[in-house]
Amino acid sequence: MQLNGNIPEGSLAEKWTRYRSTVSLVAPNNKMRIEVIVVGSGLAGASAAASLGELGYKVKCFTYHDSPRRAHSIAAQGGINAAKNYRNDGDSVYRLFYDTIKGGDYRSREANVYRLAEVSAAIIDQAVAQGVPFAREYGGLLDNRSFGGVQVSRTFYARGQTGQQLLLGAYQALSRQIALGAVEMFNRHEMLDVVLADGKARGIIARNLVTGELERHGAHAVVLATGGYGNVFYLSTNAMNCNVTAAWRAVRKGALMANPCFTQIHPTCIPVSGDYQSKLTLMSESLRNDGRVWVPKKQEDAQAIRESRKTALEIAEEDRDYFLERRYPAFGNLVPRDVASRAAKTACDEGLGVAPTGLAVYLDFAAAIERYGRSKANTLGIHNPDHATIIRLGEEVVSEKYGNLFEMYEKITGENPYKMPMKIYPAVHYTMGGLWVDYNLETNIPGLFATGECNFSDHGANRLGASALMQGLADGYFVLPYTIGNFLSNDIRTPKIDPNQQAFLDAEKQTQERIDKLMNLGGKQSIESFHRRLGRIMWDYCGMSRNAEGLQKARGMILELREEFYRDAFVPGSAKDFNPELEKALRVADYFEMGELMILDALNREESCGGHFREEFQDEGGEAQRDDQQYAYVAAWEYKGWEEEPVLHREDLVFENVELKTRSYK
Amino acid sequence: MKLTLKIWRQGGEYKKGQFVNYQLDQVSEHMSFLEMLDVLNEQLISQGKEPVAFEHDCREGICGACSMVINGHAHGPLQGTTACQLHMRFFRDGQTVTIEPFRAKSFPVIKDLVVDRSAFDRIIQAGGYVSVGTGQAQDANAIPVEKDQSSMAFDAAACIGCGACVAACPNASAMLFVSAKVSHLALLPQGKVEAKKRVLNMVRHMDLEGFGNCSNVTACEAECPKGISVDNIARMNREYLSSVFASDED
Repeated sequence: MQLNGNIPEGSLAEKWTRYRSTVSLVAPNNKMRIEVIVVGSGLAGASAAASLGELGYKVKCFTYHDSPRRAHSIAAQGGINAAKNYRNDGDSVYRLFYDTIKGGDYRSREANVYRLAEVSAAIIDQAVAQGVPFAREYGGLLDNRSFGGVQVSRTFYARGQTGQQLLLGAYQALSRQIALGAVEMFNRHEMLDVVLADGKARGIIARNLVTGELERHGAHAVVLATGGYGNVFYLSTNAMNCNVTAAWRAVRKGALMANPCFTQIHPTCIPVSGDYQSKLTLMSESLRNDGRVWVPKKQEDAQAIRESRKTALEIAEEDRDYFLERRYPAFGNLVPRDVASRAAKTACDEGLGVAPTGLAVYLDFAAAIERYGRSKANTLGIHNPDHATIIRLGEEVVSEKYGNLFEMYEKITGENPYKMPMKIYPAVHYTMGGLWVDYNLETNIPGLFATGECNFSDHGANRLGASALMQGLADGYFVLPYTIGNFLSNDIRTPKIDPNQQAFLDAEKQTQERIDKLMNLGGKQSIESFHRRLGRIMWDYCGMSRNAEGLQKARGMILELREEFYRDAFVPGSAKDFNPELEKALRVADYFEMGELMILDALNREESCGGHFREEFQDEGGEAQRDDQQYAYVAAWEYKGWEEEPVLHREDLVFENVELKTRSYK
Repeated sequence: MKLTLKIWRQGGEYKKGQFVNYQLDQVSEHMSFLEMLDVLNEQLISQGKEPVAFEHDCREGICGACSMVINGHAHGPLQGTTACQLHMRFFRDGQTVTIEPFRAKSFPVIKDLVVDRSAFDRIIQAGGYVSVGTGQAQDANAIPVEKDQSSMAFDAAACIGCGACVAACPNASAMLFVSAKVSHLALLPQGKVEAKKRVLNMVRHMDLEGFGNCSNVTACEAECPKGISVDNIARMNREYLSSVFASDED
């Protein structure tokens, strides 16, 4: 299979403009007859469904949630990047493009990333027009802040709830189209298969989660906006229901899965506290602006803390190792996510972790509180303030900046982070890999599109902060509505897709068989317990650092666990009913296969880049060693069948505009 | 700690429901409330029984999926907290904990603790948006918005659409939810153009869905996990009245 990215001709800056001006269009009278299915209602899905509805297409939008407003985009905290250059600090489309390519460790496509940077500004305009209450300054204009890995302030934000406000904007735009009859919304419906007819994606099989009935839905094209696969790891910052099933079912039907080993581990999450743990909670990256990361220098101190014989406050300044500041003096605590995560792991591997599990480092605000306190006292004209006054004033300032995060931390851990340093540890957060798509966001299956986190295209091997919201909305509002026309303009003579044709009946039957098989496993162990065990394998061997030996071992373990799953798992209840255990079982069955593919991809990529750190490929200082000679390509995997080896297809990454350099933060 | 759980079990909208008691040992104070229910469900599954169905997703207090009444309070006894952010350290060893679904005519039970809140979506569809198509927007800084005004709009926009306000209200009124959206958009210049139509349509639809009226009990504000203020209801009433008088419709 020859992978063609379908990148338009012309210079980087001209490509998108030229494409938009020359792409085939669908006339309004034909749009009325053409149906499009959008699966997912997060930022990428809701924005696409609303925009396609506005254009005049007949849209059906599906979500497994009770409402389209619940998708996990809602939990994004920090912000959204846009090359507006409102700060006059030298930002530009090119600079946003360059930062994103570099941050992704040179493993993404130039043309796609440049287009993302180009449309970024229009997203902010659109969101403000929808009534998204971004942070503002006293003059009434929009405020910005800076985020990890860049030197300009281009991040727009809405307190610590940027994702929520952007999603509600898209949800409201979608609601308007639902009211107008342009979009038909299917809540509590989970897509369980994509249907191909004559080699094109022509519909889906969905399960009504309330009644358990399977439904066949036809359309001229199908858009998957179904998010990432971070929950393969069981514990992650993803919501409980995030899953890979829609994307994986597309892979089973011939779509390629690209760079599945590129997963992002976020450095600042609340650590695991016990075996019952169901998910991990993120503490925003913005905290690293003021928090200092450290562990004790001596193992005996760390052990005493783990056994509650000492607290952080009893460790003298000279006995603390501020390891990010020591190892990366140029960027200090603000190194990118992949670098910060690995450094925390290294410290804990050396026995210096500070939680009872041994897996936590400190994020300490004491210095910031004192610094802000002195500054505030000065502002208030208090000369020679006593220590208590300084601390009180400093805590007020820190509370203004991060109050909601400190409160959330205290709710979860029961510890007061103003008085005692936070304990944090890295956790799975985002997946850069995803369905392979070309410049049109179309997979290798004609008529099947993938947008947002579900595709692989824009973040390379590591995503920069505040870029996920940007990509989801760019795809849905400003890219897909154009590029889908390229496919649909050839389909104006295709009549309404009949969901009673054989391809649909076959797909429904196969789905029913999958469900029956799971309902009749008749074993003893819960689905959840298998998911936990799978996640543990993935985290231990395919998490923050990987090596060939471990990956080989993990593959065997996954295959054994999968065999045990089909022998001894148990799904209670009925398939013709509201049955969350069955929903989980269908998802976990797909996680086994996705997990194995992630391991194969990690084995194949014999280099370290971004979130993918192979222990064999590092320099003396423990820094990642990329191999541009051999691995500057997209690894796109083709499914070949149960217990068959998947086949690797390469799309070479051609860099015409940026020079490949080693990322250094020292 | 050990707990006695008294949980509402109901097979479906038209089936009869009842409380069922469960004993749970070894509850850790560090667990979240939903993790405690996970442990119960694992226990039930290991006995070959059907687990308790409850709605949940993000488990970080922002998606609005969780919807249960715990010991008489929507989302439990801790103020400003969703059920998923409530931790077991707020309960005592030996305590009996009663768990039931959000109860309102407009929120029919789907199963156990899961209710259908799609009435909220339909109210938003009736007008809870700004009518701006993709690509029609002007530059984001073209209209300055006063910081305090924007901040007030944000306070209203922070609603997570969970429905606790309805569950807490003796009249099962949705006034807090509806007024939060009306306020959010009415406070911003972008939403002003349609403000009059919006409030009329949303209120009309709220009534159509069968939600009760507001009699100023303010339990909604007390139990709202996001601290949405009843000032929004006052603002909506003002918007509504001025819109009715300005309207040509009957």
